[in-house]
Amino acid sequence: MALKGAEIMKRLPKTNCKECGYATCFAFAMKLATGGAKLEDCPYLAPEVKAELEAAMAPPIKLVTIGVDENALVIGEEEVMFRHEKTFFHEPGIAILISDKESDSDIEKKIKDIKEFHFERIGKELKINLLALSFESGDKTKFETLVKKAYETTDFALILICNNIDVLFSAAALCADRKPLVYPITKENIDLAIPKLKELRTPAGVKGESIEEIVSLTSTLKEAGLEEIVLDPGSKNVREGIRDQTFIRRAALKKGFRPLGYPTITFPCFMYQDKFKEALAAAAFITKYAGIIVISPADKHFLFPLLVHRFNIYTDPRRPMTVEENVYEISEPNEYSPILISTNYALDFFIVSGAIEEANIPAYLCIKDTGGIGVMAAWTSGKFNGEAIADFFKKYGIENKVKHRKLIIPGVAKKLKDELEEELPDWEIIFGPIEGSDIPKFLSKEWKK
Amino acid sequence: MKYEAPLEKYPVNIREAVLGKGEKAIKIGGENTFPFHFFEGSLPDPPGLALEVLDIQPENWSHWVLEPFQDVVSEPVKWAKRCVDVFGAEILCLRLLSTDPMGKDASPKQAAVIAKKVADAIDVPLIVWGTGTEEKDSRVLTEVARLCSGKNLLLGPVLKGNYEEIAQIALEHGHAIVAQASMDVNLTKELNIALCKFFPPEKIVLDTTSSALGYGLEYTFSIIENVKQIGLINRDNMMQMPILADFGGECWRSKEAKESKEQGILWEAITGITFLLAGANLLILRHPDTLKLIKEMISEKK
Repeated sequence: MALKGAEIMKRLPKTNCKECGYATCFAFAMKLATGGAKLEDCPYLAPEVKAELEAAMAPPIKLVTIGVDENALVIGEEEVMFRHEKTFFHEPGIAILISDKESDSDIEKKIKDIKEFHFERIGKELKINLLALSFESGDKTKFETLVKKAYETTDFALILICNNIDVLFSAAALCADRKPLVYPITKENIDLAIPKLKELRTPAGVKGESIEEIVSLTSTLKEAGLEEIVLDPGSKNVREGIRDQTFIRRAALKKGFRPLGYPTITFPCFMYQDKFKEALAAAAFITKYAGIIVISPADKHFLFPLLVHRFNIYTDPRRPMTVEENVYEISEPNEYSPILISTNYALDFFIVSGAIEEANIPAYLCIKDTGGIGVMAAWTSGKFNGEAIADFFKKYGIENKVKHRKLIIPGVAKKLKDELEEELPDWEIIFGPIEGSDIPKFLSKEWKK
Repeated sequence: MKYEAPLEKYPVNIREAVLGKGEKAIKIGGENTFPFHFFEGSLPDPPGLALEVLDIQPENWSHWVLEPFQDVVSEPVKWAKRCVDVFGAEILCLRLLSTDPMGKDASPKQAAVIAKKVADAIDVPLIVWGTGTEEKDSRVLTEVARLCSGKNLLLGPVLKGNYEEIAQIALEHGHAIVAQASMDVNLTKELNIALCKFFPPEKIVLDTTSSALGYGLEYTFSIIENVKQIGLINRDNMMQMPILADFGGECWRSKEAKESKEQGILWEAITGITFLLAGANLLILRHPDTLKLIKEMISEKK
């Protein structure tokens, strides 16, 4: 929060009238500072004071939306430099660059390929968010054709990259209702751009040769009432990019410096020819604060690792990731296949299921819902003890799935064996390895048949 | 309000650890700022990049990661030399998997002989890694330390259950150690405090245990970032050792890495670059293409 309770207090009526629901103006001010109350609750704030307070209390990094409806990209409103301080909130958008220089058929193919990409991980879809359409042909008609094609045949949010201000905005008019990001707005074209931006009310990508240049651009835009802004500090490679992204985020979060309080856009596609380096640069920017990352078209083997990477970095460290409770069949088990059981903590699931696959031994993996906590903690809280697992067995009819009566339990759960021998007297309870990664060795040695 | 570059300066340094001896000895750590923050501090030592070799034939390695070493994987010395001479590894990591009690269960003496052969065959610093079985590693690394006395190896993993024996012998024979704690900042610090009662902190490298992309990368990333900051910003001198990340094997074991060479390389390289960005001072990699790629990325000048 940008403003402290004491600061807010200075602007309040100080009458302690209690109409806001709090005993004193000071109490109200403290609540406002933590976001527990709304300015509207005080009926005695003068409009200018309310506006001033609103601006000062606004999140340090503006929330910006590009695109509309379910494919809108929402970025900004970040609160920390390091995810372990709290979390990163809004996943950056990944944009794929298409140049209008290409032939119509190549463009069509690229768009078709991008539309057909489908990536997922533990049930969550990992999306490509935007198409970045680049004016490189020098031919206005060609660019407009590209923009029309992207607009009419896809639902992606759009970025229009065009260094000719007239061509840029005439193309933007063709897809205006999809709120495209128009880029670049620079010190050379900002005066021409402002009336057009006011008309279209579409987000603006501001580019400077330095951070100082960006500062003056965003201030000008803000004065004109335009605040849907994304920043490009003109970094030429990863090293500069890390520096610039760090400066912008520090200035916004730690110094409350409003002219840099906007999400950013980065262009690995323009920094590197080599696809591998471009991918690494993209990963670096995902890690280091970028709001949008624009990459060249690539096949799924380049995209998938990046999408998983984004998913990982933007996972909320405060909440454990879970998978659904179920009896997972790995590599088509039959009635003689081994049965293993573990918790629904996503990481454990990955490690154990991956290890079983690696072992190339078909198996049933029982995953019990423990609220995402691991084996030992779940056992201690009664979510993964003998009784809980016996209930699971009943619920999923495990006895009917296999002819044998052997259950492999995590090696760390020392006391679970005795409990299960009591709850499931027909079953032989076997300790699996302590480390999930030892499962392949364990299964090939211990599991006959 | 005028814009001023928001520089941050920290008054302490991460310690510099020296690995190996002679001309090809390598220093890691020594920085007084965040990774790649050349604009506000000093990072005297580029991250160390190591390739790993096993002392047994690899099992279940995918074609793409086996290919660079296919013809030498049955001979650790040849494999090691391939990594150094052909693939330019400036650090080598030898995994003594033959000593695994659940596997070949080779004796400490047998393993030490292999370690010595490899150490003698290369001139770059050597990391010697056990199997993580506390009792066995203690005996194995003790033999290795004796037989390779004076070579300044980096011995690991040193754990809560065996640090006293291994650190003592490392001290006697002039080696450095990897102090390993599992994904927990407090456990990391506890082990360091216990070690530093008798072992020089500048000969310790930290391993907070790494997880691959898609398999817990974010846990490792945040722990490394956190440990680095506790050292630099909170000035906690029990957290000012350089950090290593060991993940090449886990990346290549994943089913994703086995889908294609490109995806495999990227799975390992993206994991690596992420840990460098967190503050890792040394990476243990498996594929030479990954090493080359990361090296080129971190060597680029402004």
